[in-house]
Amino acid sequence: MNNITNIRDLFILLVGSSLVSNVVLSQFLGLCPFLGVSKKIKTAAGMGAAVIFVITLASAVAGVIYKYILVPFNITFLQTIVFILVIAALVQFVEMFLKKLIPSLYEALGVYLPLITTNCAVLGVALTNVQKNYGIGTGIVNGFATAVGFTIAIVILAGIREKMEYNDIPESFKGMPSVLLTAGLMAIAFCGFSGLL
Amino acid sequence: MKENRITERLFNGLIKENPTFVLTLGMCPTLAVTTSAMNGLGMGLTTMVVLALSNLIISLLRKFIPNRVRIPAFIVIVASFVTMVQLLLQAYLPSLNSALGVYIPLIVVNCIILGRAESYAYHNPPLPSLFDGIGMGLGFSVALTLIGAVREILGAGEIFGFHIMPKGYTNINIFVLAPGAFFVLAVLTAVQNYIKKKAAAKGRDVSKVGSGCSEDCLNCGDTGCSRRFYDADGSTENPNLGNNLKQADTETGKPEQADAERADTETGKPEQTDAEQAGTETEAGEEGLKDE
Repeated sequence: MNNITNIRDLFILLVGSSLVSNVVLSQFLGLCPFLGVSKKIKTAAGMGAAVIFVITLASAVAGVIYKYILVPFNITFLQTIVFILVIAALVQFVEMFLKKLIPSLYEALGVYLPLITTNCAVLGVALTNVQKNYGIGTGIVNGFATAVGFTIAIVILAGIREKMEYNDIPESFKGMPSVLLTAGLMAIAFCGFSGLL
Repeated sequence: MKENRITERLFNGLIKENPTFVLTLGMCPTLAVTTSAMNGLGMGLTTMVVLALSNLIISLLRKFIPNRVRIPAFIVIVASFVTMVQLLLQAYLPSLNSALGVYIPLIVVNCIILGRAESYAYHNPPLPSLFDGIGMGLGFSVALTLIGAVREILGAGEIFGFHIMPKGYTNINIFVLAPGAFFVLAVLTAVQNYIKKKAAAKGRDVSKVGSGCSEDCLNCGDTGCSRRFYDADGSTENPNLGNNLKQADTETGKPEQADAERADTETGKPEQTDAEQAGTETEAGEEGLKDE
């Protein structure tokens, strides 16, 4: 098992998953919300918070299910089916739970939750945790760090997009193309983090 | 061309509603695995197999799947096929399997597949659904192969592993790295915008172009990626069905003419673009037409 034993490993995992191999800018997971919900910093931050919440929770649940159900019964080949069903059901359950019990949090995150149901970043993290043999605790840390990386990227992109809105851009490059170019430049900048580890 | 004919479905997926070039769907795998033409082709064909088979099964079961739990049902069917394909790849094509890595199981959440299940297979008979899947899959494969080829040529001077660029050419490494994917897609969508505007100015129907939800997730209703898992109040049922019916109407409403026009815009590409990179992209587009 590839588990954390000291604080140094923990820090390396946090930096590695959030900055060095950023989930959007170097692994291309969760690209749809990254491009689709980044018009304003406020909505981007809301989306980021929802993603942090869901990914952390989903990696915990997926980790527990993998260790205590799939492995003992020797049915690990079913991981894709089980994970996607569990994640999709979990997201909807969380939505109903928040709506009933914590309305203030629901106000802030609720609109974004349905978008995360089939978000590839959530499933991607669960599968990566299994692939890399992370234990449950390490998996949760990895999930949290990945989601923080997503939030950093989407908030930065939203900030740049707000500034770019009134700029003079060639007609054909208005909208998505200019956003993609921005994302490309951000990806180059994030390549610089690879020197950190 | 008659609606729902096999050839019409294939043509629809390849050209008219090409998932990548026209609808802009499934961007995650499009960017992630197109580091070379071979990887793009492998990913495209894998997706095609899953898409065609899941379309067929969903269409066969469409009368038995209750509307409210259709999304979980679709997910189970798609995930089963993905698992089978993954096991087959592990056994027979281990190199491709390791090159595509985690993106193979992630085919489950590819919006093209859920989108086609929701908007086509769930409302149409098995045979057209199967060929709709094959057509869409072929369109996706051609698109990924072309994008992969462009990135491989610019980034490594090779195509399918064969060195083709002249000796003096210095590889632009960034094109096979992550940022290159964003740049190639940016140019591609810019070309798409340009063509869309030209076509709109001539009064053609461009509502399909870029209609995948990559621009605005919050208002995305058609493609199925923002559907609730369990449709508790059935609220999405009726408007969505109405939407599909409307779509079907407009599709039958514009016969061959629209097809011919699309072909026109495709071939009209090369003369109209002058930027260097855009040129490469359109060459790629031409190759796509020849391939057919």
